[in-house]
Amino acid sequence: MEGIFWWVIFPYLTLAIMIIGSIYRFAYGQLSWVAPSTEFFEKKWLKIGSPLFHYGLLFAIIGHIMGVFIPIEFYHWMGVSDHLYHIGAIYGGGLAGLMVVVGAIILLIRKMTIDRVRVHATFADFFSVISLIIVAGIGVYMTLVYNLTVVEYEYRLTIGPWFRSLFTFNPQYELMLGVPFIFKLHVITGFALFASVPFTKLVHFYSVPVHYLGRSPQQYRSRVGYKRRGLE
Amino acid sequence: MRIKAQVSMVMHLDKCIGCHTCSVTCKSTWTNRPGTEYMWFNNVETRPGPGYPKQWEDQDRYKGGWEYKDGKLRLRAGGPLSKLKNIFYNPNMGTLDDYYEPWTYDYENLIKSEKSEHLPVARPQSMITGKYIDKPEWGSNWDDDLAGGSEIVPMDPNVQELQEHIAMEYEKTFMMYLPRICEHCLNPSCVASCPSGALYKRDEDGIVLVDQEECRGWRFCMNGCPYNKVYYNWNTHKAEKCNFCYPRTEAGLPTICSETCVGRIRYIGVVLYDADKVKEAASVEDPQDLYEAQLDCFLDPFDPEVIAEAEKQGINNEWIKGAQDSPVYKMAMKWKIALPLHPEYRTMPMVWYVPPLSPIMNHVTNEQELNTDGYIPAIDQMRIPVEYLASLLSAGDTEVIRKVLLKLTAMRVHMRSINVGGIDPLNESKLLDEAGMSVEDIEDMARLLGVAKYDERFVIPTGRREMDDDLHYEQGACSIEDLAPPEGMVTYPFERGS
Repeated sequence: MEGIFWWVIFPYLTLAIMIIGSIYRFAYGQLSWVAPSTEFFEKKWLKIGSPLFHYGLLFAIIGHIMGVFIPIEFYHWMGVSDHLYHIGAIYGGGLAGLMVVVGAIILLIRKMTIDRVRVHATFADFFSVISLIIVAGIGVYMTLVYNLTVVEYEYRLTIGPWFRSLFTFNPQYELMLGVPFIFKLHVITGFALFASVPFTKLVHFYSVPVHYLGRSPQQYRSRVGYKRRGLE
Repeated sequence: MRIKAQVSMVMHLDKCIGCHTCSVTCKSTWTNRPGTEYMWFNNVETRPGPGYPKQWEDQDRYKGGWEYKDGKLRLRAGGPLSKLKNIFYNPNMGTLDDYYEPWTYDYENLIKSEKSEHLPVARPQSMITGKYIDKPEWGSNWDDDLAGGSEIVPMDPNVQELQEHIAMEYEKTFMMYLPRICEHCLNPSCVASCPSGALYKRDEDGIVLVDQEECRGWRFCMNGCPYNKVYYNWNTHKAEKCNFCYPRTEAGLPTICSETCVGRIRYIGVVLYDADKVKEAASVEDPQDLYEAQLDCFLDPFDPEVIAEAEKQGINNEWIKGAQDSPVYKMAMKWKIALPLHPEYRTMPMVWYVPPLSPIMNHVTNEQELNTDGYIPAIDQMRIPVEYLASLLSAGDTEVIRKVLLKLTAMRVHMRSINVGGIDPLNESKLLDEAGMSVEDIEDMARLLGVAKYDERFVIPTGRREMDDDLHYEQGACSIEDLAPPEGMVTYPFERGS
């Protein structure tokens, strides 16, 4: 019955912590809700590390949506063969993962070696960066090394349906039991990372300012009657 | 016509003695917390010089303000799409080194050091890293009073554009002070640069503020402001800026920098403007037309039509009266002796500067015998080159500066003829004609610039709290008013806050 803990209780618990914690912090901790940039202290290394990391993460998120959210039947219906999908997933996903890992390592070294940045880095800052490196590192290992040397693992038949079943509140945990260990580890560390979101600077990912594209350039605001927006 | 009121400031540079009292009182009021040590909402620069932050006027680097390109007004640093693209790394933003690394001194060492042959010293210690700084190389006002001379002065972007050579010999050089606060622009580019919408211009008084709860620390405002007057607090990771001491102005008091100004160079008053005209005015093609275009946005507070319309739009009598008595309206709009700083940035700045007349022309030796024809060319021979003032205050249009200096000269001559005498009345009236001012205006101006009292320099109507029109509702409101219908008799058939 260990499956029930790891593939039912643990995911729901971590997601609950993430959602409730984020809402709580949004409601009561607006003053700490920021993208805590240190560009003001150091620009040279940030210029390489930060875009590499963030764009890599963006591509990786898109990759996860393609691999885990979209069912395999959709690809078959589209006429994408499994082989073609895996070539795309391995090289595209591998590149995105490498960008994340390399970018995050540059940022971590920068955080540790540049005095002005290090002095103001908190435990939570290091925790986020290091755990992202671990999660993304496992992801890169399974995408590039495991898939190419052991077997092209078809996670769209196991992890994908299991993950989607979480959202229908009918978790099919038995699907996860036969999944290779390294994939299990990626999923578990990933969910653990989700749980840490409300307690670290990672909350800034909720605040991608897409509404900026559609808003009027000048903002007038009256002293009375201003209503705050909800989650961006 | 959308009438808005703006609280605005004039600084009379002739009277600035460069004492930094404004900066110090501002700092001890607003920026004495961790994360704000390097910030000066108000600073006084010695010009020519690089300013603070270094070379803030170099818009090829910081890309602040607006540009007019292909018939469109756009942010120089790029619009929303390019901002989202650059959100992980802002290529145009300055760093701490462009300001300076703030430091304190290790005073404790003076008390606690062991007995030794040499006196103990208090070493400079960084307020960012806590480490000792062996040799501070830049700080706030490092270049005060032309310190650094010929090495530092050429860093001034205005000097780099100046045609003529600037003499650096002690006898020939020039110097002036430029106190700077946030301009509280009519077309603020910091507001337009903020992806979160945290920066806004207040409807009631035009003060530009940062909503500390909504700011997400994207940092585009820092260099989006061409005056580099929005700062990044490295402790809270949010933007902070001069707030025109709004808790004071709402109570009818002047800002702390104005209140404590030793030279009494600052004037605060209300002006009315038409918000519908602003974009059009900021979009005139020739940068030298921007000053006139900005003046066109302001409304005559004595015009009965303007008064009627302002009342209709909810501006109360006290504020209309304030706009009529406003020293800013007199200096900037009526007499046109106060000019906006760098109008070419197209932000329509609302802190105005009366250019310095002194040090007066050094070849005027026998002023009693000087005739009008002698004064007018003398303006071009002043120590501070007209071109330099023009590059600061009129987008390079020297004619605008000459006109202002002529008015100030006419005032000087007229007041001299009253107080000292010995000036040919015919020549004097010719000079007044040339300046385009009546004797009444000249005397009014001399009073305002010279001897005006506190309540003439600061005409600030109090915050319109009665406009918070729910006050009596709130008195009896229950604490869950947003969730539950109001208790008791429903007196509000309208939507609240409308």
